[in-house]
Amino acid sequence: MKRPRKLGRGVALVGVGMSKFGMFRDRDSKDLFAEAFRNMIASVDKGVDPKEIDALYVGNFSNDFFIHQAHWGPIISDLIGHVPKPATRTEGACASSALALREGIFAIASGFYDMILVGGVEEMSKRSTEEVAEGLALATVPYEGKAAFTFPGVFGAVATAYFDRYGASREHLMNVTIKSHNNAALNPRAQIKATIRSMMEAKRRRASEKGLPEPTWQDEKEFLRDQDANPVVAWPMHLFDCCPISDGASCALLVGEEMARQFSDAPLYVVGMGQGSGSGLHAADELTTFQATKYAAEEAYSMSGLKPDDIQFSEVHDCFSIAELIHMEDLGFFKSGEAYKAVEDGATRLDGSKPINTSGGLKCKGHPVGATGVAQLMEVWEQLRGQAGERQLPIKDLRIGAAHNLGGTGGTCTFTIFERR
Amino acid sequence: MEQKPFNDISYQAYLKEEKLMGSKCRSCGALFVPPRPICVKCGASEMDWVEMKGQGKLSAFTCIAVGPPFMKQEGYTRDHPYCAGVIQLDEGPRVTARIEDIDTKRPEEIKVGTAMKVKYLHRGEGDRGTTFLAFKPL
Repeated sequence: MKRPRKLGRGVALVGVGMSKFGMFRDRDSKDLFAEAFRNMIASVDKGVDPKEIDALYVGNFSNDFFIHQAHWGPIISDLIGHVPKPATRTEGACASSALALREGIFAIASGFYDMILVGGVEEMSKRSTEEVAEGLALATVPYEGKAAFTFPGVFGAVATAYFDRYGASREHLMNVTIKSHNNAALNPRAQIKATIRSMMEAKRRRASEKGLPEPTWQDEKEFLRDQDANPVVAWPMHLFDCCPISDGASCALLVGEEMARQFSDAPLYVVGMGQGSGSGLHAADELTTFQATKYAAEEAYSMSGLKPDDIQFSEVHDCFSIAELIHMEDLGFFKSGEAYKAVEDGATRLDGSKPINTSGGLKCKGHPVGATGVAQLMEVWEQLRGQAGERQLPIKDLRIGAAHNLGGTGGTCTFTIFERR
Repeated sequence: MEQKPFNDISYQAYLKEEKLMGSKCRSCGALFVPPRPICVKCGASEMDWVEMKGQGKLSAFTCIAVGPPFMKQEGYTRDHPYCAGVIQLDEGPRVTARIEDIDTKRPEEIKVGTAMKVKYLHRGEGDRGTTFLAFKPL
């Protein structure tokens, strides 16, 4: 980086909305986006006329593969009555809508537009699990695909390298999973709104109702060690290390900073943003770090003048439990090889020193891949505005929150920092 | 001698001949497997093909129980997982490859650092056939 990054004009977030996330037989990308759009409009404190939107950017990874339909920009534009104004699809695998967010920010910062709609959508659940694995694997680098790596496989391999280098184990990954579920149980929008303990109770109840012997797990880790309850997906990634398959959409409204108060009582300002790219496993300098995340963080910190310690909480791309650990290190929240210890000590819990994925993360909130980048803003928005209900962070003067999004095997990573003023 | 283009088609064609080939930068000597047409160390574009010995160490691995449909067709299922891994070649570069001849039902016994050697998996016949890079314990 030759000089610190800066925007030519400040940009503010004045509304965010999500659809329900889940596996829906009877819902499609259009009505999911419509739901996210309606929720976004309702979130704008002082109201907004959607006719004022100048352009839209929509992230979508691979509806082309999942439902055999491409070219989602104009489809979404038509859906919300935005035609004939411009609509652009962005693609960056699981970071597709984080790229939409960035394009929206640039469009306003350049002075060309004043109000931009950004969002994302993905419709995955109409395919079998094997087909979803194949579809997502389109975002690996070619050599990983030839080696029959799936995404759980890529992160499973990364986990073996992390274990070998730092002495962590599956038990440490379980701490990440348990924490995600505890947070999600407090998030009405989570796809999996349950603690591991409540899932254990439910399984015991079902066994008892069927007259089968009740499982005798003593605690969450014993449940997670149980091969029947938590089968292998791509060793050492087990079912509970992996985010679910999800359909869903997300939406956010950006305006020029000087206009923010016309629309919002408590707008959030973009104070730092960064994006990086990466080469895939074979060409990465190290297997226990994502170069793209490090670069994105460096840009965002340099633009904001903030340090990792200044980020009061963050959504971190936890497509797999190991990803949360490595990214927390790459973002500078913990030293290399230390994140798993910090999680074990409770640092990343709601009441910890660095709360991570207070929403429940992709693991529990759900991960409709193209929608995720903007959906992460929902949690930042609610926490910073004091609207997170039971999972509201108990931090005095909560001002700075961030979202980190990854696409592919670290091919595209973004980090965006927001401030409430 | 005319050089094959430094691309994935050539790389695959060499694998079919049971050769693991990379490109070496004529300016700075950096070695790339799979081959690159542009040296990402010094920016030069003059390359030479170099054959690897086909030995290395396991850097990372996974035993995949839920694979894509084409692996299911090869007979890999939840009860019969396959292994994929990252190999650090003795010459330096890393490659991703299938890992064969290990017990994928006992992944906890597979160790990072295990010495490996190349194995070529030929699938399909003639022009439509393809070869997958694999490694097995030495």
